[in-house]
Amino acid sequence: MADSDTAMVERYRNSFLNEVEANVEEGDWVKMCIQCGVCSGSCPFGPHWEHPPQELFMMIRAGKREAVLSTDSMWMCTSCYNCIVRCPREIPITHIMHGLANYAHRLGIAPKMNPTRRFAKLFWDNIAQKGRVNEMRLSVGLYFMDGLASGIKKSMEMASTGWGMFRAKRMNPPTLFVHKGCKDSEGIRKMLKKAQEIEDRRKGLTV
Amino acid sequence: MAKKEYSFYPGCTSERRASASNYMVSVESMCNKLDVKLNEIPDWNCCTASIGYAEGGELPRHALNARNIALSEKHNNGQDIVATCAACWLGAKETQQRLSASDQLLSDTKEALKEAGLAIDYTGDVPIRHMVEVLLEDFGYEELAKPAIKSLEGIKFAGYVGCQTNRPFGIDGESFENPRYLDKLVETVGGQAIEEYDQKVTCCGGALAFSEPEKSQEQIKDIVESAYDHGADMIVTPCPVCQMNVEIYQDSINKNYKTKFNMPVTYYSQLMTVAYGGSAKEAGLDGQVIRAKQLEDIAAKPVKK
Repeated sequence: MADSDTAMVERYRNSFLNEVEANVEEGDWVKMCIQCGVCSGSCPFGPHWEHPPQELFMMIRAGKREAVLSTDSMWMCTSCYNCIVRCPREIPITHIMHGLANYAHRLGIAPKMNPTRRFAKLFWDNIAQKGRVNEMRLSVGLYFMDGLASGIKKSMEMASTGWGMFRAKRMNPPTLFVHKGCKDSEGIRKMLKKAQEIEDRRKGLTV
Repeated sequence: MAKKEYSFYPGCTSERRASASNYMVSVESMCNKLDVKLNEIPDWNCCTASIGYAEGGELPRHALNARNIALSEKHNNGQDIVATCAACWLGAKETQQRLSASDQLLSDTKEALKEAGLAIDYTGDVPIRHMVEVLLEDFGYEELAKPAIKSLEGIKFAGYVGCQTNRPFGIDGESFENPRYLDKLVETVGGQAIEEYDQKVTCCGGALAFSEPEKSQEQIKDIVESAYDHGADMIVTPCPVCQMNVEIYQDSINKNYKTKFNMPVTYYSQLMTVAYGGSAKEAGLDGQVIRAKQLEDIAAKPVKK
């Protein structure tokens, strides 16, 4: 995807704002920000953002392409929608943060080791196979993301939590091996492939 | 009252032995008592939750939600879609709004839906509602109080509404900052609601409870601590992710913050099932990691004639 990144730099040489408007979900709202900062003050993970949303909007307008796309800031979004309901301009901030994260990820310049980026990929691969979440594989996949040794350590740490869920019959170990998912999982996979093709075509990401 | 029927979108966490299977059990019992028939959308799929966006992007996400809407329109024609999970409700509703606002997105989505044989079934006209909306709008507090044969008197509840059952769409026109419906539901079944519970709309971290556990647990600590500070016996919530995050990480929080949290976290549907005379099992109370003893006791009590 590094090729896509270079291609995008070529195409939108003079305006990162135009690039965001064309390629990022709800990106055409970025210019509407009045820099009041209510979004940043409303974010539950606010203190953990290197650049809070209102700052990202200004940076986009100032053409700070690399700083915006390579930051882990928008990966701090918990999808709580506080910013959306409080924004005096009714800017869909949550969706723009998701869109920026997705775009940076597609271009291959999002921070590689960011845990939310890695978890999000794990989650999507999980649902895209059978159409439904396999919770067992998702949690095991998450714990063992950094290899066997750290996976065993994390599993030990979470053992009492897992045992609690198991006792409450809210955990289904056999699905680690067999998970039914949707009947038409084949149709779903074909549908998702098509959707991805169309989206890539629209955004000029066909590489 | 005539039987009400809805097209039901239960969502992944509701599956057998999944993380919110106890929610599902209590919803079924509650609906039985209210004479509500839930017709499951055949072969429904995941809504992509609030974390699917990063890898899935825009169109694949909308395609998945549109598939559920199309399946509902095809098989449960004329029935409102009802979701019990906040993320499912939000995901489906958001897709519906986006597609109705953009002809290009609509035609692209239909082109993708064709691959799953559902292109002609999507119209996007069907109302998409949360179960709580059904309770408040199609029944109302007075009607909901009628089937109650037991009172939850003596139990103090911190009504934890959380994020996505509240924002961005809201329930019953209530305020985003101080929604009251959960407190009113508690009072409808005789419980005591803590109106000044200040953490009622704080985020539990959502999916980031997995990827950023320390940051999320900082939030969860505030949510539980405030419930204790206000004298709550238990927390009640409408959201499966809120329920899980706030309940199961109390253990880790106790280790990291030297707290002694042991606060049950229940669903509104469990309260209602118990008030309507359901057993602890029918209310899914055996699915609590932290047992809600007071509710179990009321459920076990014989009904006074």
